[in-house]
Amino acid sequence: MIALLLAQTIAITGGTVYPVSGPKITNATVLIRDGKIAAVGAGVAVPSDATRIDAAGKWVTPGLIDGGGQLGLVEIGAVAGTREGTLQGDTIAAGFNVTEGINPASAVIPVTRVEGITTVLATPTGNLVSGQAALIDLDGATIEQMVVKSPAGMVLDDSESGKEYAGGSRAGLADRVRRVFRDALEYERRKVEFSRAQVQPLSAPARDLEALLPVLHGQEPLIAYANRRSDIATALRLAREFKLKLVLAGAQEGWEVARDIAAAGVPVLVEPLDNIPSYDALGIRYENAALLARAGVKVVLMETDTHNARNLRQQAGNAVSYGMSWDQALRAVTLSPAEMFGVADRYGSLEPGKVANVVVWSGDPFEFTTGVEHVFIRGKEIPLKSRQTELFERYKTLPPKY
Amino acid sequence: MRTLRCLTLVLSTGCAAAGARQATPANPPAPAPAAPSQAAAESMSVDRAQYPSTYRRHPNPPVLIRNATIMTATGQEIRNGSILFKDGRIVAVGEKVDAPADAAVVDGTGKYVTPGLIDDHSHLGVYAAPGTDAESDGNEATTPVTAEVWAEHSFWPQDPQIPLAIAGGITTIQALPGSANLIGGRSAILKLIPARTVQEMKFPGARYGLKMACGENPKRVYGRRGGPSTRMGNMAGYRSAFTQAETYRRRWDTWRKDHKGDPPERNLRLETLAEVLRGNMYVQNHCYRADEMAQMIDLAHEFGFKIRSFHHAVESYKIADLLAKEGTSVSVWADWWGFKEEAMDGIQQNAALNQQAGGRPLIHSDSPSGIQRLNQEASKAMYAGLRVGIPITRDQALRWITVNPAWTLGLDSIVGTLEPGKMADVVVWSGDPFSIYSKAVQVYNDGWLVYDRTDPAHQPHTDFELGRVPAPGSDR
Repeated sequence: MIALLLAQTIAITGGTVYPVSGPKITNATVLIRDGKIAAVGAGVAVPSDATRIDAAGKWVTPGLIDGGGQLGLVEIGAVAGTREGTLQGDTIAAGFNVTEGINPASAVIPVTRVEGITTVLATPTGNLVSGQAALIDLDGATIEQMVVKSPAGMVLDDSESGKEYAGGSRAGLADRVRRVFRDALEYERRKVEFSRAQVQPLSAPARDLEALLPVLHGQEPLIAYANRRSDIATALRLAREFKLKLVLAGAQEGWEVARDIAAAGVPVLVEPLDNIPSYDALGIRYENAALLARAGVKVVLMETDTHNARNLRQQAGNAVSYGMSWDQALRAVTLSPAEMFGVADRYGSLEPGKVANVVVWSGDPFEFTTGVEHVFIRGKEIPLKSRQTELFERYKTLPPKY
Repeated sequence: MRTLRCLTLVLSTGCAAAGARQATPANPPAPAPAAPSQAAAESMSVDRAQYPSTYRRHPNPPVLIRNATIMTATGQEIRNGSILFKDGRIVAVGEKVDAPADAAVVDGTGKYVTPGLIDDHSHLGVYAAPGTDAESDGNEATTPVTAEVWAEHSFWPQDPQIPLAIAGGITTIQALPGSANLIGGRSAILKLIPARTVQEMKFPGARYGLKMACGENPKRVYGRRGGPSTRMGNMAGYRSAFTQAETYRRRWDTWRKDHKGDPPERNLRLETLAEVLRGNMYVQNHCYRADEMAQMIDLAHEFGFKIRSFHHAVESYKIADLLAKEGTSVSVWADWWGFKEEAMDGIQQNAALNQQAGGRPLIHSDSPSGIQRLNQEASKAMYAGLRVGIPITRDQALRWITVNPAWTLGLDSIVGTLEPGKMADVVVWSGDPFSIYSKAVQVYNDGWLVYDRTDPAHQPHTDFELGRVPAPGSDR
């Protein structure tokens, strides 16, 4: 096992490979060297020193990427001491980057990755501007080893729940966001005067305004959670006014304005199994992901239940069930999120030079019959063990073995 | 910002028929009451019927579904099989079934047929969408023992979550009070059909359940409100309540025998608990930890009642042998865990390990979202077992969402399997119900086509949705 973990060259042979960046290849080899994908194809020569993984009859895909949830930021939902994803007391928490709150030792991480989820967006919640999300790989002894990109996006709550930080009105919310954005730009222009207190007080502390500048310069996505059609329109309006690189998240009524979203070229983060109506989204429905995709919107799927991020597979399968094509759904949990978060040069597909996050499945990754056979993160084979497999081993026969 | 799951934590607390189906006959038979005979009649402290069901079977033509794979939940999976039901009863199931001339014939080629699914742990109607305080009617979180409240008195038949669950193949639910209280009140056992009143949905003859809750929730809710604040406080609370109920029951039973003097004063709280002691009402016990379930079993022994099911039972696999011996079913999720400390030991093989131990597992939802895909959750739990070598059969997994919850509600002689004489609660699936790509295409409840995925005329919508929720296909 140790030898396997340290092996530098791994050849996954004989499987049906779904590179995502191109059509599937049967009886193909994925060659991994030094943590990167070295070659993908049907005629790849396997070096003699390679560790061979026989994937005959198996499906090989990129590791799945969950665009939502709080992996690494929450251990036990109801225990406040184990939650790191919300900054108290700062409604414009733009300067709050979740990265240093990530717990590499979280027991939720192995539970998730053994099911083929290799990369997730750790997302801040709460407040009007929740803070900066980080994209992390689900392996590493330190935060530095896990981070793929940080910040990967600035999270704004442009939904019903965001109102409470903006005077209780949607109009107030839009106004507040506009003022903060304008003040950030003002701050940038007049930093010296600001530091000498020669300007009027601005609408947020300097560090929060500073953190918004990459967003206002279109370098970092603004991830706006918006569900109601009118809130989606507000987010699109703000993006136009400030020339933002916008990502819509939630977007439960997105299907109703799919053409507008497509025309704006804005990608959308969707949870396909959302369909419980609220006053924030009376039009919520299962077909949302498919209808958005059909309109030409880039759709990325997410599972926001942190402890069951592994059910991203079930989310994707249901998206297919309600109208997405299977290929679209696979892309929506691999290459599309990599593009959304600006890491498609390194992640999201099986192509030479990319980071070797690879999963070998017994079959269709979205189907319940399918189990995970091998998981590689950055070229390292991950033992298929977790707290849950240990509990099972202890109690599979009774009385248990203590 | 995101949809939050109802963990009962709330503190304030084609048609498959492909053209062959016929319209309802011009002269429909008069509606007949369903009146299942086996369900136990409840013996009350008062003689008159209380809050009776007004359920009436909807008049329908006989239906024959043919050329389908029939999964009976009795051990059979019949390829190219047929099922005939008439007047709300299953008439025949088999490879060859003759249909009466007036039957609607459904071509089931490529399709699967199962019993209607049953969710024994739902808060539909009591925690209705859209989820504002106005619809938050699930926890009478005002004092730790509220045996006197009844879920049916909160239930809102216009909850827009109801048609969503129907479209998932659900035909019967137990709507429960929440878990804020030690003893939360009576459950409502309901036919999941479009209706104006809850009385029209009440499953005729069904016994009530009594919701009880262990662990974190009651002590969190009452810890700073006079208690209980500890698990030992929880136990003392149950014992105190049932001790009073013993006295109450004795007084009433004595009076009913001799009718000497005035009847004892009625006490609604103790009246419900006395029904548990008499064995007329089933205890449905929210309980996560294995050690606490063992405590609750001792409590039940102390007072001489049976706990019908442990709900959530995240750690039931640790005491699967004890639970099987006790004859208590376990109502579990496929994979929920981690949202609180008592849910930290959840594993995906929970249902499978209970099955292996000879117990009676079942998959419940506790969620307006999960109730729409109980088949998927059962499939996950089945394959989680199969992958580690626990030989769960497809029939067993189907029983997890049909006859096992029916047993938990005391209705297994009436619903839960496809057998002649059973109520015609029948679901036609687009394919194998254990595939993620399959959906319910037709749902029959007591013979009534309450949902047809390919026919908008059979896709019920609640009043809540009218003029608010855009119709499918619209793009405004």
